[in-house]
Amino acid sequence: MTKALEIQQLRKVYDNGFVALKGIDLSVEEGDFFALLGPNGAGKSTTLGIVSSLVNKGEGKVFVCGYDLDTQREAVKRSLGVVPQEFNFNSFEKVQDIIVQQAGYYGLKRKLAEARSETYLKQLDLWDKRDVPARMLSGGMKRRLMIARALVHEPRMLILDEPTAGVDIEIRRSMWAFLKRINKQGTTIILTTHYLEEAESLCRNIAIIDNGEIVAQAPTKTLLKGKQRSTYVVDVRGTLTIAPELEGFNSRLVDEHSIEFDLTREQTLNEVFALLQAKGLEVTSIRPKTNRLEELFVDLTTNSKQEADA
Amino acid sequence: MNHPYWVAFSAIVYKEVRRFMRIWMQTLLPPAITMVLYFIIFGNLIGSRIGTMDGYDYMQFIVPGLIMMTVITNSYGNVSSSFFSNKFQKSIEELMVSPVPNWIILLGFVVGGVTRGLACGLIVTVLSLWFTDLQVHNAFVTLSVILLTAVVFATAGLINAIFATKFDDVTIVPTFILTPLTYLGGVFYSVSLLPEVWQWVSKLNPILYMVNTFRYGIIGHSDIPVLAAYGMLLMFTGLLMSWALYLLHTGRGLRS
Repeated sequence: MTKALEIQQLRKVYDNGFVALKGIDLSVEEGDFFALLGPNGAGKSTTLGIVSSLVNKGEGKVFVCGYDLDTQREAVKRSLGVVPQEFNFNSFEKVQDIIVQQAGYYGLKRKLAEARSETYLKQLDLWDKRDVPARMLSGGMKRRLMIARALVHEPRMLILDEPTAGVDIEIRRSMWAFLKRINKQGTTIILTTHYLEEAESLCRNIAIIDNGEIVAQAPTKTLLKGKQRSTYVVDVRGTLTIAPELEGFNSRLVDEHSIEFDLTREQTLNEVFALLQAKGLEVTSIRPKTNRLEELFVDLTTNSKQEADA
Repeated sequence: MNHPYWVAFSAIVYKEVRRFMRIWMQTLLPPAITMVLYFIIFGNLIGSRIGTMDGYDYMQFIVPGLIMMTVITNSYGNVSSSFFSNKFQKSIEELMVSPVPNWIILLGFVVGGVTRGLACGLIVTVLSLWFTDLQVHNAFVTLSVILLTAVVFATAGLINAIFATKFDDVTIVPTFILTPLTYLGGVFYSVSLLPEVWQWVSKLNPILYMVNTFRYGIIGHSDIPVLAAYGMLLMFTGLLMSWALYLLHTGRGLRS
């Protein structure tokens, strides 16, 4: 089966000497919902920028849907829809005009472009804004406009660079539902995001990039299974002044009603409950301290930084 | 015409033309007002005291140059400001991610600039008919020279916009290079009036060739050989188009 994206030994050095990518390999199956995660400046946008032809490629090879970026750039571009991080449309143009215009660049005749723009504007709840200049839209609407624009030529792969940044939770969830739907219809989706909950709930496969290198790439479930340690917070009835000693667990006082503790893969929550009960503490609620993927992300990127510093 | 390249080219030209039509108060009206003032002040008031230039009524003499000046300024200004605005707003990325070849991008913007240049030239020509009788001496020369000139300056405008990093950069070339070269390009006088050394210096100015050849097309008089002007225009067209294509190919000012 053709890979939707295949990156081999991709290296990028900017003119100022900054090494953004240190020879990364990345592979995304067709039909996948894939997240490329990493801290700011890790190389996510450079990677996606190269794939989208917005950044000049350095050494290495990039294949999109089997097409070589070096020799078949036009076919690569036809296979891709790109939703960049920053708004990049003429804000004086009307919403539908922006999409119809973009369709023209892909060779779609006006009638078809208008029909497609209607379809996607309706699906993304922007149809009633079609005659409004883009500058009058809210942040969430502008993001959805860029998604509609990226889909108008019906690409095989959609690249989204932080698509839900600055979008309220209700619209974010409706965007998730839309993206899941088009992924189900066969469009490969690659996204970067800082909302790790988003990546965990949407993406089947994840790669984590840090300092220009891929530090992890695996199915989301496998990555989370491999997590060595989780931190939980328990709320107890009554007032605490110090953290109770829980044998075999590292526990800390959060506030007078809550403690947090680390749980390794070998330990169980039952053991913690038993120890708390033995100390006469009644647990009223328990929750993970952070999103599981967030913990893994912090672990991996911190390790990578420590190795780089060493 | 269903070829994707043709559709993409049409889309760029449509956008460019719609842009300058939408802001006609900034694009089509100013040259009309400026040139009417030129016709009244230089042509009527001062021109009546100057008498004739190379045997032609002064108004008749300056009208071709003023039309050419309008075409040059507007072809250049349209592409430099539009392309730079696209860069500034990042909407140029819409073209960069799409499968439009660089030569279509270049042609699309150039044709947009040429259309505005010629539209302004036509407006000024119509207005000039209130002040003088224009009789076209050679229609082929008139049309081909004005078209080639518009292409040259529209392409130059694109190159300017590629290098520009701020709005000031798109006004520097028109202010400090284009305007002086136009004024010294024989719009208002015949170079035969100049001392020999300045005649020689003037012949280094490409705009002199364009203005004179266009004047030849209209009134049948030129200070320089018409064929030399075509040679220069074709050379500039080739050089500037190649340079612009090279810049688009390397992503200069567009891709890091």
